[in-house]
Amino acid sequence: MTKVIEIRDLYKSFGDLEVLKGIDFSVDRGEVVSVIGPSGSGKSTLLRCVNQLEESTSGQIKIEGYDTADPDCDMDRVRAKVGMVFQHFNLFAHLSVLENLTIAQRKVLRRSDEEAHEIAHRNMEKVGLLDKIDAYPNTLSGGQKQRVAIARALSMDPDMMLFDEPTSALDPELVGEVLAVMRTLAEEGMTIVAVTHEMEFARYVSDRVVFMDDGVIVEEGPPSEVLVNPQNARTKKFLQMILGD
Amino acid sequence: MFAGGIAKARRERATRITTYVVVSAAALALLISTDWPRVFDKLLNPEIAAAQFPEILTIAARNTLIFTALGFAGGFVIALTMALARISSVKAYRVFAGWYIEIFRGLPLLLTIILIGQGLPLAIPVFRGIPIFWRGVIALAVVTGAYMAETIRAGIEAVPPGQMEAGRSLGMTRAQTMGFIILPQAIRVIIPPLTNEFVLLIKDTSLISVLGVTVATKELTRWGRDGVIEFANATPLVVAGIIYLALTIPLTFVARRMEGGKGR
Repeated sequence: MTKVIEIRDLYKSFGDLEVLKGIDFSVDRGEVVSVIGPSGSGKSTLLRCVNQLEESTSGQIKIEGYDTADPDCDMDRVRAKVGMVFQHFNLFAHLSVLENLTIAQRKVLRRSDEEAHEIAHRNMEKVGLLDKIDAYPNTLSGGQKQRVAIARALSMDPDMMLFDEPTSALDPELVGEVLAVMRTLAEEGMTIVAVTHEMEFARYVSDRVVFMDDGVIVEEGPPSEVLVNPQNARTKKFLQMILGD
Repeated sequence: MFAGGIAKARRERATRITTYVVVSAAALALLISTDWPRVFDKLLNPEIAAAQFPEILTIAARNTLIFTALGFAGGFVIALTMALARISSVKAYRVFAGWYIEIFRGLPLLLTIILIGQGLPLAIPVFRGIPIFWRGVIALAVVTGAYMAETIRAGIEAVPPGQMEAGRSLGMTRAQTMGFIILPQAIRVIIPPLTNEFVLLIKDTSLISVLGVTVATKELTRWGRDGVIEFANATPLVVAGIIYLALTIPLTFVARRMEGGKGR
């Protein structure tokens, strides 16, 4: 099976602070992976290293078989193929929803206005917000913003989607609509890596759960094992804390 | 322990009344001793004021606005370049822009105008080919560019870093994200302070008058000053001043309104 993400011995430091301490991590095509762990464990940094929003200190990252450290590797092309959804949505505040969805299509993929519009419409329909396509981000609720952000990433026809705590900034009643969209994507066969605190998503949508703590992957496996019957003491402790048992 | 409040209030009141009396008396004495017909004649002579028109508008005010517009346009280009250099990942650019900004904000504008208008042509003969009008414009652009660079940089830095990350994550290059995402948002933030820079520049064009000018390139201050000498009367300068105010006060008002309206 093709590995869409293949990471070997990844280290990342911010100054003296070592955040990732030797990560080996790979993702198969079509796989849905949830990355869980306490805050400060390096989950988000791992995700941000995958599409090079953070430069790794050492180690190897291959996306679709391309080594991102290779000088010949065009990182902008790689990023265009790796969809990213942020905790704080990061919609372009000065552009309408439609323009949010079309700008990179036109500037990066060189699609015509017509084609970009059509794809934007399709993706807004997919996230259930077609009626908001001419709205501006500041008129949307948090859940709507995040669904637009997902539609924006999808409009680039990505090979995989990275979610960096997509529901953490949302009011509790808005979490469900975002998770529903993510679930739909998973069912359609999209490759997904989600850093999340949503145990429901980790348990019932993902194929694999990765537990990180203190810059290393402590435990990983099917959710039925990692979440139900964790082997490592740190995993047990974290799950007890988060599930409130 | 806290007694004596009434006595203190009474003392303060007495001091206040004394001050009023002294100031009023001085003002009255000044009013009476002033030769009012002379003051009006020398500052607001209607005939001399009328004689300024229409040229003070069609030549002088026009030149002031042309100097301002060209200086502002050139300054904006310089400022944008310097602001981007200042946040560049290339250290040499950052250092260069930093020095440029420090130097031209640190020098008196008048010195820079004389340096560029008269000094450089002496040192570099090629500059003699540039008409004095354009030397003035260059000097204004160079200096206002240094000030505006910091304004623009602040505007860029006011845009949340997540906007750059979102742009990059969609595959846009740094330059594309800067041009299509960051700058359009930064411009909205910096329009009020840039309007203030524009008002400052309207006034600063008056310093161009130290360079030799022809009748056709006189701006408001030079026009007023030459009028003072010609008529032995300050009315032309007062009229020029009123025209400055007619330009600057509304613009300042607009800038303040925009600042107040931010965040709506």
